[in-house]
Amino acid sequence: MGMPAFPEAAEEALGKTQQRHNLHHATHTIRAKRAGVVGELDDWQALRTAGADAKDEALAHLADYLEQLEENLTANGATVHWARDAEEANRIVTALVKAKETDEVVKVKSMTTQEIELNEALREAGIDAWETDLAELIVQLGGDLPSHILVPAIHRNRSEIREIFLREMGQVGRAAPEDLTDDPARLAEAARLHLREKFLRAKVGISGANFAIADTGSLVVVESEGNGRMCLTLPETLISVVGIEKVLPSWDDLAPMLQLLPRSSTGERMNPYTSTWTGTHDGDGPQEVHVVLLDNGRTHVLGDSIGRQALRCIRCSACLNVCPVYERTGGHAYGSVYPGPIGAVLNPQLRGTASEVDKSLPYASTLCGACYEVCPVKINIPELLVKLRGAVADQERPSAESAAMAAAGWVLSDPRRLGAAQKAANSVGRLLGDRTIRTVPGMGAWTSARDVPTPPTESFRQWWARERGTQ
Amino acid sequence: MSSAKQEILDRIRGATADITTEAKGVPAPTGTASPGATPPEGIGPETTPPGTAPEAAILDRFAEAVADYEARVLRVHESNLPDTIAQVLRDVDCRSVIVPDGIDAEWTGSLGTAPEVVRDTPSLAAADLDRVDAVLTASAVGIAATGTIVLDHRADQGRRALTLVPDTHVCVVRTDQVVADVPDAVSRLRPDPRDARPLTWISGPSATSDIELERVEGVHGPRTLVVLLVSA
Ligand code: SF4
Repeated sequence: MGMPAFPEAAEEALGKTQQRHNLHHATHTIRAKRAGVVGELDDWQALRTAGADAKDEALAHLADYLEQLEENLTANGATVHWARDAEEANRIVTALVKAKETDEVVKVKSMTTQEIELNEALREAGIDAWETDLAELIVQLGGDLPSHILVPAIHRNRSEIREIFLREMGQVGRAAPEDLTDDPARLAEAARLHLREKFLRAKVGISGANFAIADTGSLVVVESEGNGRMCLTLPETLISVVGIEKVLPSWDDLAPMLQLLPRSSTGERMNPYTSTWTGTHDGDGPQEVHVVLLDNGRTHVLGDSIGRQALRCIRCSACLNVCPVYERTGGHAYGSVYPGPIGAVLNPQLRGTASEVDKSLPYASTLCGACYEVCPVKINIPELLVKLRGAVADQERPSAESAAMAAAGWVLSDPRRLGAAQKAANSVGRLLGDRTIRTVPGMGAWTSARDVPTPPTESFRQWWARERGTQ
Repeated sequence: MSSAKQEILDRIRGATADITTEAKGVPAPTGTASPGATPPEGIGPETTPPGTAPEAAILDRFAEAVADYEARVLRVHESNLPDTIAQVLRDVDCRSVIVPDGIDAEWTGSLGTAPEVVRDTPSLAAADLDRVDAVLTASAVGIAATGTIVLDHRADQGRRALTLVPDTHVCVVRTDQVVADVPDAVSRLRPDPRDARPLTWISGPSATSDIELERVEGVHGPRTLVVLLVSA
């Protein structure tokens, strides 16, 4: 909220020459590397299909796989928590950290915790959350927002980073050496020393997970720097916040995923480090392990039979790097932690299209189709963009409203139909509890612009039938 | 259990009510070709059973792919292993090396008194590990297509912190531990439900490209990785 719509934000971003230059360089470099390593595999298309199938299978039977995941996690010594929304997840994590009587945590880069603004929530509770990925550290120390999924600080150049380190590191821990130059190796060294101090004393680590495997209860984190391993291994307590769409049905599904992800993401055959763990392990790593399974709008996306494919996303960022719009505007213009083509579809799906920014995002694309081509799990982003544009257009048109009213008239004109509609609406009400409804099946786009109060769990007619039914 | 759980599961079941198929678990994915070495026909999971060395092309590919990450890779015969380990540690100017409990004592037989050999014990804290220069471990699997080594942290590989905190990691991979590709590795490493082990997959030294995409070796993990590929 309060975010400018995409066209305004984009116009501002276009004026930033340095950022445009960095983005051009970054996207083209990664794109070329990716194409090289993808070309090495002669069954890339079959792998994409295997990846998409694994995610589809997980999403199609998500409730079953989540229950299996919980069972296996618990059997291996982890504690599982469920969070309906960001607020609930933040509350759970904050309470867990407080119980450990510490006022700081170290974090592995995780978009899910960014999505729920966990750092801010912890801050309010007096807990410092230190980002330990180098780029995230640059973003955090610079008081800034990430601009790319994979290289979040790509909008900064080396001299800006040097200034940020010199100015900020000393305020929150080990200061940068005074003779710090803008040589990337020296900058990385300063970050290594600054963060090592924090790793060695941290009691609690917080991570996300790239994958959560139902049939073994294993979590998987993929990274480059080793900061992930530090956070996952050294603290006594580990808390992982995992979106419910991160589930994979089986251990064997790692085979396509561990080939698709690094090649699509950094353009490497394999990223430097992948960690898997299954609950707690005697004498090795955290002896208290918590997993917070997060909904936060995902079930809403899941309810759309076409739109649910967006939940396959493994956050590789390949679609960003090929997008001609993203290349010029950068990530900030998307007004969310999910930028680029996937952000343009996922944000309006997760949040609805009521706000100016979410209404504008489906138009932040040329529909050239490049994002679909590169997506390792075959998400048809252009199809979703077109569908969302339709939804936005409908909600803007008064005729859509009258169409809905006509439908309502048809329902209201017949008592039997009204009864059936009320029954249907009531079961939705029971399902949703107090949640505000964003779409009503059958009423579609008209309600997606307006928050509809949750229907009562009982209609007047039902109440009458129950209370006075015998009369 | 919690009402949040029930509510989320209900939401999911409502959202997927249109799906009528049964949950099945997907079939195992296809294997991949490794560049440089053309893999034999019909390569799939477990083409080389544990304990059998794969063919020469796969070992060559492994060595090549490891070297591609700026890691050092040396091919040694078993009988030269202790001397090679001593040489490698001298090359990196190492004053102390930590070894996990289960490591073969012969491996450190040629070290003499320098560097100092520290045996890992549970009482060593991360800060103590920080004062050690290098770590020497065995491994569980090597992957030819990607140049990855995988540790499953059995006694000869030690707990996870050991290969994380010291700046140099010398890792011994036996030729019969090398598999062709990722699917082979995944099927060999499936966690035992009664004895699940953490895994660390390592592809080259720690690295970042976060500053203007310039690759810098070693941000947090070991900055030097030496892989010794040992044949019997
Ligand atoms: S939508 Fe596809 S290409 Fe884009 S980040 Fe997600 S998985 Fe990668």
